[in-house]
Amino acid sequence: MRREVVVTGVGAVSPLGNGARTLYERWRAAQSGIQDGVGACSEFDPTDFLSVKEARRSDRFTQLAVVASDEALRDAGWDGELPYDSGRIGCVIGTGIGGIGTLESNHIQLREKGPKAVSPLAIPLLMGNAGSAAVSMRHGLRGQSFSTLSACAASAHAIGTAARMIQAGDADAVVTGGSEAALTPLATAAFGALDALSDLGISRPFDAERDGFVMGEGAAVLVLEDGARARERGATILARIAGYGASSDAYHLTAPEKDGGGAIEAMRAALADAGVDAGDIAYVNAHGTSTPLNDRAETTAIKKVIGSDVPVSSLKSAIGHLLGAAGAVEAVATILAMRDRVAPPTLNYEHPDEGLDLDYVPNEARTLDVNGGPVVALSNAFGFGGHNAVLCLEVA
Amino acid sequence: MPTTITPEAVERTVYEALPQFGVEETDITRESTFEELDVDSLDLAELSQIIEDEYGVALKGDDVGRIKTVGDAIDLVVSRGA
Repeated sequence: MRREVVVTGVGAVSPLGNGARTLYERWRAAQSGIQDGVGACSEFDPTDFLSVKEARRSDRFTQLAVVASDEALRDAGWDGELPYDSGRIGCVIGTGIGGIGTLESNHIQLREKGPKAVSPLAIPLLMGNAGSAAVSMRHGLRGQSFSTLSACAASAHAIGTAARMIQAGDADAVVTGGSEAALTPLATAAFGALDALSDLGISRPFDAERDGFVMGEGAAVLVLEDGARARERGATILARIAGYGASSDAYHLTAPEKDGGGAIEAMRAALADAGVDAGDIAYVNAHGTSTPLNDRAETTAIKKVIGSDVPVSSLKSAIGHLLGAAGAVEAVATILAMRDRVAPPTLNYEHPDEGLDLDYVPNEARTLDVNGGPVVALSNAFGFGGHNAVLCLEVA
Repeated sequence: MPTTITPEAVERTVYEALPQFGVEETDITRESTFEELDVDSLDLAELSQIIEDEYGVALKGDDVGRIKTVGDAIDLVVSRGA
């Protein structure tokens, strides 16, 4: 029998504040973390959590990951002591871009002062695996560690891959998630040049007037453990990673398939992996970017796989698009919402769009009616390049 | 133009640079070892860059292996400028 994978701890830093519960509770209350058209982690000050040396040795995307990991390990009851042989604990932290702020500041130095002004820390800070390296070092995790890099699907891939590591017996636990800090001049200009961003700075997934996404930053980390071992040590089980499905559109560098083809396959694969039927799904946490193309294709995919009755909402309406961190931040918020039997809202939803007629839980959270049984939900993440990763989460 | 190398000037540069790496100012003496101060190879690479920028003297890989204390670093830079 396949090893069960459970979530025993969660942590997050997001535009809604520091902490996973803060993220979920503020989202449930329909609060927005978007200010002036940007989802910045304005409550986050790295010096509150990191020493001068630690802060200096890390790009902001790594700082966010490390702080989220501290919370997740505390939440799992791991503080002070690892519950397993450190060589049996892995670490997989995804990112879309990595340390682009470090890259930009060093490029300015290069242009203005020449090659000798480029910092020796530039590469170790900007490399996409810096987040997983830092989290592994901070907590002494000596199992396999690496980063996943698949644009806005990166941290859903990280969590899925981490679950597979446990199922395969390569690890007893994996600290996993994702991080992004790309609110920089270059990244902002580049997404703007693609016409991917909302001109009005409003994130309104599925609304007829949606005009692009709002950039956000943040991180989320989950502690995954082999279910049997977690129970043996008396851990609180927050959720189960019941299934994971991933696919590729093999279609276009930035646009999703119009009929949602790749997304459909990933969602179906997640259901099959979990051994559940479409009718078992009580809630879908949509990728819901607020771009014209994604929200239409995703609606088509959800209808085809799950049907039209399931509540669907997008956290991006409250915090913007956290790119490579989105999948993990959304999985964490979904788990906490499911524990409360709540479908959190899609904010800023006012104008129904033709053909986009799912139940988007507009503007107000709603109680999930699950008759006292477990809640099974899907969390979708799709990335530029046609990468699709879907998690099937179950909360008892 | 690089600054003229004097023992006092180099000492001041090193003493001002180390706290940027997280070293407590009060822990810094000529005798303190970089190991004690938790100054590692990456910090020394940054320190070398600061010194080169200020005095035009490069500390390269072999040098970094030889210097154990704050005083060693200062003396090496001063000797290069002699």
